[in-house]
Amino acid sequence: MSNPFSKLDKVLEHSVRLQILSILIVNESYDFNSLKEVLDLSDGSLATHIKTLEREKYILINKSFVDKKPNTRYRISEKGRQAFKKHIDALELIIKEQKK
Amino acid sequence: MPNESKYENDIASIRNMMDRTSKFISLSGLSGILAGLYALIGAGIVYFMVHYPRSPFQYRVETIQPFDTLINLFVVAMVVLMASIGTTLFFSIRKARKVGVKVWDSSSRTLLFNLSIPVVSGGIFILILLANGHYGVVAPACLIFYGLGLINASPNLYDEIRYLGYSEIGLGLLSAALPGYGLLFWSLGFGVLHIIYGSLMFRKYDR
Repeated sequence: MSNPFSKLDKVLEHSVRLQILSILIVNESYDFNSLKEVLDLSDGSLATHIKTLEREKYILINKSFVDKKPNTRYRISEKGRQAFKKHIDALELIIKEQKK
Repeated sequence: MPNESKYENDIASIRNMMDRTSKFISLSGLSGILAGLYALIGAGIVYFMVHYPRSPFQYRVETIQPFDTLINLFVVAMVVLMASIGTTLFFSIRKARKVGVKVWDSSSRTLLFNLSIPVVSGGIFILILLANGHYGVVAPACLIFYGLGLINASPNLYDEIRYLGYSEIGLGLLSAALPGYGLLFWSLGFGVLHIIYGSLMFRKYDR
């Protein structure tokens, strides 16, 4: 049997990035400031994680202006959705193995 | 093994994030119970204003009221509505503070928007029909449009709300089939159902 650990997504092994994707799975889109509040992160640290997800093309970015203030919204991409599902399946498998 | 708890924490945090960002978890069952009570009190007042001394279960023939009775009915309805909204706000803010989330966030914004599409269009529809003298449509239309609003808003709420929506629509259709019993169906839908579902939610989520 193949090792379930090898099926984990390297990008999503960081729990903040996993949390960002889980928010985007259930919400059509989410903006930077709301993400920052929910995850309780600083601007810089959230931006770093966002950049990593963006580089992997797991999320799509939509920049606009609301009342002359920049408003950046994020959506999950199809690639991100699949990566998320694969990662969760692997997590489930690992937990099941450990319970044996 | 430290890894085991890390993976289980991951799963738990996914669940937590999904619920916290998509569901309006600050809605308290107490609001439902109290809104139901206000509706029953309001319906009681209306009964004594309009129907008394006929039994509430007796079929009512005349529908056209003197104009000042209509104004009184409108005032009672507004007071019930405002008291219910105020109570819901009060308990939601209180619960949000207790759970440590914000009341006004993207889930409550989406929820309010989705709720208001059927409810506002239904409200305008009812006012137009009222202006044309179709009084009998008020109770069924209130129930049906409110039920549609709840179902439309239910992705951002606890699952129970969707069933409350189905029940309101069912009652609304029954009420349309049995004209003359509008007040009775209205009390069942806005009073009794709110109290039942409010108690269910209170038992499940508020303690």
